[in-house]
Formats: sequence, structure tokens, C-alpha cells
Amino acid sequence: MASFAGGALPPDHVIVSALRAGDEAMFAALLDTWSRGMLRVARSYVSTDDSAEEVVQDTWLAVIGAIDDFEGRSSVRTWVYRILVNAAKKRGLRESRTLPWSALEFDGGPGVDPSRFHGVDAGLPGSWKVAPAAWPTPENQALAAEVRGLIAEALAELPPRQRIVITLRDVEGCTSEEVCDILDISPANQRVLLHRARTVVRDRLEGYFRSVMAAE
Amino acid sequence: MGTEGKAGSVVKRFTCGELVEVVTAYLDDALDEPDRAAVESHLARCADCGLYLDQFRATVRAVADQPGEQLSQPVRDRLMAAFKARHPSS
Repeated sequence: MASFAGGALPPDHVIVSALRAGDEAMFAALLDTWSRGMLRVARSYVSTDDSAEEVVQDTWLAVIGAIDDFEGRSSVRTWVYRILVNAAKKRGLRESRTLPWSALEFDGGPGVDPSRFHGVDAGLPGSWKVAPAAWPTPENQALAAEVRGLIAEALAELPPRQRIVITLRDVEGCTSEEVCDILDISPANQRVLLHRARTVVRDRLEGYFRSVMAAE
Repeated sequence: MGTEGKAGSVVKRFTCGELVEVVTAYLDDALDEPDRAAVESHLARCADCGLYLDQFRATVRAVADQPGEQLSQPVRDRLMAAFKARHPSS
């Protein structure tokens, strides 16, 4: 375990042969590194924390059973997450929570409020009416903790598909290719969902910092 | 987005309102070359959008800093046991 401190896992071929050989430390390292993100993603598909944990548990059991069949066509993480998403979708279906991935629905449209920019009649159409204000550096622990809480709230309020994509990309550090593979969505779709989500979170931070600076 | 003919070449330009919508594509290096060049020339002369981009990057970094729930101990124990049971020899 100690050898994986800091979350740096070894390359996939090392992980796979260790798991096949029954290396408990390796399995524990994967559990402790990936389960947090898996719980977060599963939670977007199902209705309770307990269901999410069951989905994650079932996923790991499936991984244990199938590691000998892993063919390396994707990264191990992508493979695990694909199993997770399938399990979570099935569970969500049973709970009558379905996320339509086919249509963009309300996830399209501009991310930033168009009224923040000058209209076509202005001297410089499309330029900022009021420039974004500089943010304070969250140098103290209290402010940093508040920012974390605020972001958690903002993520929780996102439409599920946006939340899933920003969680995989920005919290878990997956690449856009991995996210497209895990969710079976196009790169363009992935980008729109991610962009909308990030824009909402940035707006939330902007509002918070504005109130902090106004209070000073 | 606006295009403008200039000595035979077409120069692409973004307004601020257009630029903020391609920031994620820009950071992912997913823009085609004319768009990427247009973003960079806009950023070179627009401090407001430069600040916006910085804040967007800061947001992405801040999102990475989310704590989260771990598996409960009973579930973790159960999974470790299941893993061991599959490899009784080790």
C-alpha cells in the first residue's frame, strides 16, 4: 500500500498482472484510488448513497471475476468505469431514474449569459459590458474550505450528464477520450457537457467572490 | 463568428461572447487551426478575456480539489475478502 501513496498507480500492464497474481496490495490500492470517483459517478445514476455503494461493490466484484478476460483494448480505468456505468444504468432503470444520453436537451445553448455582452448595435458588438472582476487568492484555509463547499453544491445541482462528465474529467482526471469511451458519447457532446458544467461552476465562484469582496 | 476578407485571405475573429464558448475546446486543444489562431489573437489584445480564461483554469483546478466519500469499511472488507477468495493460494 505504502508504495502507492500519493495516488500514483503503476502502468496498466503492471496492474493487470498483479491482479491476476492475486496481489492484495494492488487491489487495495485500486479500491482506495478509484472508489471515491466511482461512488460519485454512480450516485448520478441512482437515487441513494446506498444504491451507489452497491453499484460500486458489484462493479468491483465483476472486475475480480473478469480480470483474466481483460483484453487491454482500453485502459484498466476505462474498463472498470464502463462496467460501473452499465451497472449504474441498470440500477437506475430499476429505480426509474433514466438519463437520456441521446439528446442534448437543455445542455445546449450558450454557457455564459448573453446579456453580459454588448449587442449588435454597440461599438464593439459581443464585447464584455462589464469586465469580469479579479478574484482574491483563496490564501487562507477558511476561504479554501468555503470554495470547496460551494463547488460541491454547484456540482450537486448540475444536470446529471453534466455532473458525470465534469466529475470524470476534472475531479477524477480522465482524458476526454476516456470519458467518451466510458459514456459512449461523441467528443463534441462530451465537450458541450463539460463546458456547460465548468461555466456554471465558474459563475458560482464569481458570484461568491463578488460577495466576499463586497463585504470587505 | 465574424470573418473578414483582407488582401485575399480570410481572417477569423471571435467576439468576447463567442470566445467564452470555445474556452473548453481551446484548453483541450480541440479547435481547428483558424479558430485556435483567432482565440490567441483575441487573447493577445483582450485583457478581460485573458482574465476570464485564467478564472476558467482556476475553476478547473478548484474542481479537482473535491473531497469525497470512500467505500464504507464493511464493503471494503467484503471486497478484499472476495479478492482473496479468488486467489486462495496467495
